[in-house]
Formats: sequence, C-alpha cells, structure tokens
Amino acid sequence: MTQAQFQESANTEARGTAPADRHWRDYFTFNTDHKVIGIQYLVTTFIFYLIGGVMATIVRTELATPDSDFVTPELYNSLFTVHATVMIFLWIVPAGAGFANFLIPLMIGAKDMAFPRLNAVAFWMIPVGGILLLSSFLVGAPQAGWTSYPPLSLVTAQAGEEIWILSVLILGTSSILGAVNFAITIFTMRVPSMSLNEMPLFCWAMIATSALTLIATPVLAAALILLSFDLLAGTAFFNPTGNGDPIVYQHLFWFYSHPAVYIMIMPFFGVISEVLPVHSRKPIFGYLAIAYSSLAISFLGLIVWAHHMFTSGTPGWLRMFFMITTMIIAVPTGIKIFSWLATIWGGKLRLVSAMLFGMGFISTFVLGGITGIMVASVPFDIHVHDTYFVVAHLHYVLFGGSVFGIYAAFYHWFPKMTGRMLNEFWGRVHFVLTYVGFTVTFLPMHALGMQGMPRRVAMYDPKFTTINVICTVGAYMLAVSTIPFIINVIWSWRYGPKAGDNPWQALSLEWMTTSPPPIENFEGVPVLATGPYDYGMEKIQNTGERLRLKLRENATRNAQKTGIPIAEAQASTFFGGTATLVAPESEVDVDSPADESQDGE
Amino acid sequence: MLAGIGVTLISLWYGQNHGLMPIAASDEASDIDALFNTMMTISTGLFIMVQGVLIVAAIKYRRRPGDNTDGPPWHDNFPLEILWTAVPAVIILGIGVYSFEIYNSMGGLDPMGNHDHGTMQAHSKMRGSAIAATLSDTPQNAPQIPSRKLVALGVGASPENEDKPADLVVNVTGLQYAWIFSYPESGVSSGELHMPVNRDVQLNISAQDVLHAFWLPEFRLKQDAIPGRPSELRFTPTKTGEYRVVCAELCGAYHGAMKAVAVVHTPEEFDGWLQSQQVASSQNLEQAVAVNPGELSDGEFLAPYVREIKINSETLEQLHPTHH
Repeated sequence: MTQAQFQESANTEARGTAPADRHWRDYFTFNTDHKVIGIQYLVTTFIFYLIGGVMATIVRTELATPDSDFVTPELYNSLFTVHATVMIFLWIVPAGAGFANFLIPLMIGAKDMAFPRLNAVAFWMIPVGGILLLSSFLVGAPQAGWTSYPPLSLVTAQAGEEIWILSVLILGTSSILGAVNFAITIFTMRVPSMSLNEMPLFCWAMIATSALTLIATPVLAAALILLSFDLLAGTAFFNPTGNGDPIVYQHLFWFYSHPAVYIMIMPFFGVISEVLPVHSRKPIFGYLAIAYSSLAISFLGLIVWAHHMFTSGTPGWLRMFFMITTMIIAVPTGIKIFSWLATIWGGKLRLVSAMLFGMGFISTFVLGGITGIMVASVPFDIHVHDTYFVVAHLHYVLFGGSVFGIYAAFYHWFPKMTGRMLNEFWGRVHFVLTYVGFTVTFLPMHALGMQGMPRRVAMYDPKFTTINVICTVGAYMLAVSTIPFIINVIWSWRYGPKAGDNPWQALSLEWMTTSPPPIENFEGVPVLATGPYDYGMEKIQNTGERLRLKLRENATRNAQKTGIPIAEAQASTFFGGTATLVAPESEVDVDSPADESQDGE
Repeated sequence: MLAGIGVTLISLWYGQNHGLMPIAASDEASDIDALFNTMMTISTGLFIMVQGVLIVAAIKYRRRPGDNTDGPPWHDNFPLEILWTAVPAVIILGIGVYSFEIYNSMGGLDPMGNHDHGTMQAHSKMRGSAIAATLSDTPQNAPQIPSRKLVALGVGASPENEDKPADLVVNVTGLQYAWIFSYPESGVSSGELHMPVNRDVQLNISAQDVLHAFWLPEFRLKQDAIPGRPSELRFTPTKTGEYRVVCAELCGAYHGAMKAVAVVHTPEEFDGWLQSQQVASSQNLEQAVAVNPGELSDGEFLAPYVREIKINSETLEQLHPTHH
C-alpha cells in the first residue's frame, strides 16, 4: 500500500459522494462557493492576460525597428503602461488569489472560506476594475508608466491617469478583501488535528502573501489618493511647481510596489512546493525552512523598497542601507531554491506538464534571482537602472517565476477543478514553446540594457536593432505558445478523460474528495493519516495503531480548548470515526511510546 | 569533483569574457566593471549548478515505466541546510562589502561635499547632519522645504579628491526632450557635453519640467534629474572619444529621442573648443539662445533639437535663469 492509498483509505468516509453539479450559468452569478469563485478568478484573469499579451505584442512589434513607426509614441507609452498594470493587477495578483480561493479550503479540510460573500465581492471588483482600466483607451490611456511618477503623470493624459488611479484603487481593495479572507480561513478553519506546521506549504505561502497585502496595499491607496488630489484639485503634494516633492510619491509607491513583487511570486513559491514533491514522489525537503523563509521574505520585503530609487532622490547612506537589506533577501530565497532542488534529487520524477513547468520555474526564476542580487549592488545598479537589464530581470521574476508557476498550478489542479485530465502531449508542446519563447524574448534584453538601451522608449539607437528583432521574434513565439494551452483547456474541459479523485497519487486533502469536489467539499471531516508530503514514509503505516491513540488524545484536548463538538474533533483524527473513546488514564500510558514513534519517522 | 572544477573554470573564464559591457571610458567605469565581473563569475557558477541539477535530475531520476512506488523519504538534513544558508550569506556579505568599497571610492557617499561653486555652496556644511537637524529643529513638524533640499544626491568626489574643487564644473539641465549643458566658468552654453580627458569633472544636474535621468553608459553613471532638487555626478573621463548621453527616466512620448553627445577631448582640444564657443557667443548669450537660435553658435548647437524635438522659444526662455 502506498502512502496515497493509505491516506485515501483513511478518508473514505469523508470523501464526498457526488461532484457538485454546476451549470455554466453559475459561473456568471454572484456565487459564494469558493470553488466557483476560484474558477471565476482564473478564467477572468486569463482573459486579461491575453489582453495584456496583445499589448505586449504591439509593443514588441513597434520595437522591431528603431524608429517609431508602428504606433504613435503617445499610444506606445499608453500600451506599456496598461500592459504592466493589466499583467500585475489583473493577471498575476488575482491569479494567485484564484488558486488560493480554490485550494485553501480544500487543503485544510474546510467547507468554504471564512467570509463567502466578501469573497464574491472581492472577485466581482476584478472585472469592474479591469473594464474601467481598459475604458481609459477611449479618452486617452495613461502614459506615465505603471509607476505613474509625478510630475509626468500630472501633465500627460490626465483623464486616463485618473481612470488608472480609480481602477488600481478598486483592484487593490479587492486584493485586501481577498487577503483578509485567506488569512482568517487558514488560521481558524483547519481540521482540528492539523497544526500550522502540518499545513500544505501553499497555505504558508498565502499567510505570508496576505500579511504583505494587508500591510502594504493601504500605502499605495494613500499615494494614489494624494496623486489624485494633485491631478484633480491642484494640490501640490508631489508637484514641484507648488513646492511639492515627487520623491515622496516614489517612496510611498514603492513601499507597496516592492512588496507587490512578493505578493506576486510567493503564492507560486507555494505552488512549486506542492507540485514538486507530488511528481517527484518524495517528501518536500526542509518543510520548516521553506515555510519560515516565506515569512522572512515577507518581512524583509517591507524594508527594501528604495532599491528602486538608487539613482533617484536617495542619499548615499540610504542607498547603502537598502543595498544590504535587499541582498539579504537572497538568503531565504536561496534556501527555497536549494530545498526544491533537494526535493527533486533522487526522486522518481513524473515529467508531466505540471512538473515541467515546476522545473522550468526553478530554471528561469534562478536567473531572475541572480540578476536581482546584481541590481541590488548600488554601483552596478547606477549603470543598469531603468534599462532593458531591469526589464529582463523583472520578466524573469514575474514571467519566468509567477507565470510558469501559474501554468504549473493549472496543469496540476485542472483535474481537481474540472474532473478531467488535460492532454499531456499538448501540455508539453506548450511548455517547450513557452520556455523557448521566453528565453529568446528576455535573455538578450540583459545585454541590451548593459550596452545602453533605456527602457520605455519607442525609438532607439539603430545599433540595437539586431537584438531587438530577436526579442520580437521571441515575443511572437510566446504569443503563439498560448494557443495549444487554450485549445487543450477548452477541449479537455468537455471531452478529456475522467480524472478520478486523485490522479497524481497526492497526499494533501484536496485530493481526498471527488473531482470536482461536492458543494461543501467533504461529506464528513477529513482526517490526516499522513502529513501532506510523507511520500515513501512507510514506517508511518506500521506505527499507525499507536499514532491513532495519540491523535485522538490531541483531538479531544483541542476540542476542549476550542469548543468544537467532541465528535467532530475525533472524526477529524486518524481512523477517529471508528475507534472508541480512550479513557484519560490510558492516554497517559500511550503517551510516551507514541512520542517515540513520531520521533522515529 | 571534475564537474565542480569544470564549472569553476567556466565561471572564471566567462566572468572575465562575457563581453556584455560597452567600453569603459571613466575611472568609475573600470571599478564597476571589476565588480560586475566578480558577480558574473559567482553567478555563472550558481547558474550552471542549478541548471545542471535540474537536467541531471530530469534524466537520471525520471520515473521508469511501470514503477509506481514512492521515492526515498529524505526530508531534511540539518548540516546541508546550514551549509546552503551560510554559504550564500557569506557570499552576499562579500558582494555587499565589495559594492560598498566601490561605491565609496567612486564618491557615492560624498555628493555635494565639495562646494566651490554656485548653488551647492550653502549645503556643504550640512552634509551628514542634514536629516537629523531637520527633525530636531522643527518639533512642530512644519514643512521645511529648504532643509529637505539639502539632502545630497548623486555621486560626489572620490575620497582622494574630497577636499579639492573639481577641475571642470558643468551645469546640466534636462527638459522635454533635450539636455542643455552650460559652463559657468566660461559662460558657454551648449547642446553637447565637452570634457577634457583625465580631469575631475563635476556635473550639477537639474530638471526643468518632469523627471529625467542623465545616463552616460560608457561611464556607467546615472543620476535622475529632479525638478526642484539638485543632484550631482562627479567623475574622471579616461578615454577620448564621442559617447552618448541618454535619458533613462520616462519623460514623455519622445523620451527615446532625448539624447545628446558627450565628447571627451585632450585638454588642448578642449581649450580650443571652449574658446571657439566663447568667441561665438560673446555678444549676448541668453538673447542669442532664446530669440534667434538659428544665427549664433549656441543656436547651432540647439538647432537640431529645435527641429527634432520641437522645443519652442518659450521653453528656451524659461531656461534662462539656469544659465547664470
């Protein structure tokens, strides 16, 4: 009996009997089921990804020639501004929220999120904010970059700029509401026997992400509201003509927008920590290190923002401070990467599409991390700041990192979401096209930046033409790479082979119910026969009998502490539903052998 | 073992021969390139190692058909985890200290510490104490715009030049979409930056309208030009030739066209250039620039910008005060 069969047999009673019968119309309503909301998020954000991708393609087409000849320079500036805003606020951030919505309650054995209605509100703000943002093209879209630095943002395309501010405020609010929900759900709604250190690592990643969202996003709102006053009411918070200080805006903006990078990448750190062990058939290496390094990144992420301003209004000593704090982040990030490599090493790798994207994530993200250390070094950053080197770096982190993570998650959990398998062949074609297209697009940009090409330019020195043409060809490959994915998803959703409950023989709780799960996820309360990553640990099965007593005791104790019905607490323990209650005296007797057996695992 | 030696050798070689940087035409550029080469060496090693592990794992440890068992249950190894926490920490510390040294030797901790000229003079004594003074002197939290502007920005004198004035001072003004260079000592104004080789040059950078960033890729130096806040770059060109001045901060639709030429002369050539400029603009510089850009020498320098970037005469008039 493998670990997966062991976990499944322990959960036969909790397993739902029939998948939720969802009509397609349910996905267009104000539905409070976290699984419907999760899929709503993912489909909506993917549509915005395609829209942002079209903008990127137009930008790259313009850059195929040194002259500004495909679109006007004004429209070019609008396109890269809205491209960045869409990709950040309407694709990566909400895609992370989409997976969190779908997965967190299932992973922790809960019936739904803590605040289902709030959850639906948070989702429906996304299409509202997105359509508002795109509508700015009707009046002249913002042209000041997604950073919207004043004074430029105060003097160009003002109507579009104000729409941009309102849209980002709406999307930021949505993100805050989501974060409240995730944190409270994780902290309060786990099955009683699941301690924090037994959660799947995706939940840890979402704790760290939610903390950052809650601390940083209000600061962005403050900055944007002040900018809005400058724009509409003629105040001079940031406007130098009224003795305002544009640098203050930069500080406020980056106090959110640097943590935003971690808000965008950390959910997918969590995804990778789920995908790799399942397909390597090995436990995650260094569970605690990965879990707590997320928190360390989260904290450090709050004190590095001015590294975006090394050539701006930042005095020398402050540049040094932010250089050091930024470099320190490499340590917890390195811990994660080495732990993932150790997870893969020596396993029995099932090289399915999800695993390929997971490994692709490490392969590309590591380069983004390396260039991250380079740009943290002030003397080097003075040279490459605001150049294509930074464009390359940020796309390696956000595309090579986040988007590869999103795809890994799509392939991994699609069977659970829809009850059907994706086609593996086209999944691999998608991976190869994406990986090659990505590398061809973004790798040469490092050289462009160091050679002297600044970012956000519609016209450039003709000596950079060759490299730019290569980048443009890569961008077209990336555009094409989405086609097999879209066709695969649509076809498989209708006609794909049935997935069964647990197609990957995984151990975490979302696989212990039907695919797709029933409306309240589980019929009873699921039990933890093994930890989420205990692949190959067959000793657990042998010690199961003694462990059972230990767990029952814990459950009883927890039940007294938290006030949940004792029957429910016991149901959530190992084999709890069938065993008789153990008398307090005998609990003391079994305590020590049970401890030993756990230590020996 | 062999792989380790191989990776080390490749890293060492590639770290020196990546060919990614343009030529280094200033003292500062050579320092920064040495730092970059070091980081590149370490990065190449790390990059090859990670990709190598992924590729070897994908080949060696791929699941064989029919094998549905789990892998070995390794889940932690405390010494190994300490190792991969400590080694990066030490490397990072090393890069941090090295970067700090380079930054200090460039003069990054001394912008506007030197003050023989113009508007910078008043700020000199406040260096280092400017921020603390602002906080303690104004308990009522009143807006202190003048104090705020004392915070020195940019790259100043390198430690060995700290007490000396720069050999040449140039005031640089960024405006949509051009750079204007004026030489306060000789009263010359130009659309090109001319400098003598091997001299200590100081640029006082300001902006007229929106943010710009003054970037000399071959000198590896960049500093934002911020309206209302002066900043500085001080450096020593080491190679004669023509280089590009690039605007690196988004400043509007024609941001990509905001360029200028920087020329590094031999000292004799530079003096010759300066004299020719002085003769040509000896009558009335400001009027010549603003009113009649076509006829006089300064006008010649600005004429390309007028045509390409549509600076109108009002903008040039606004520019006047900065020429004093």
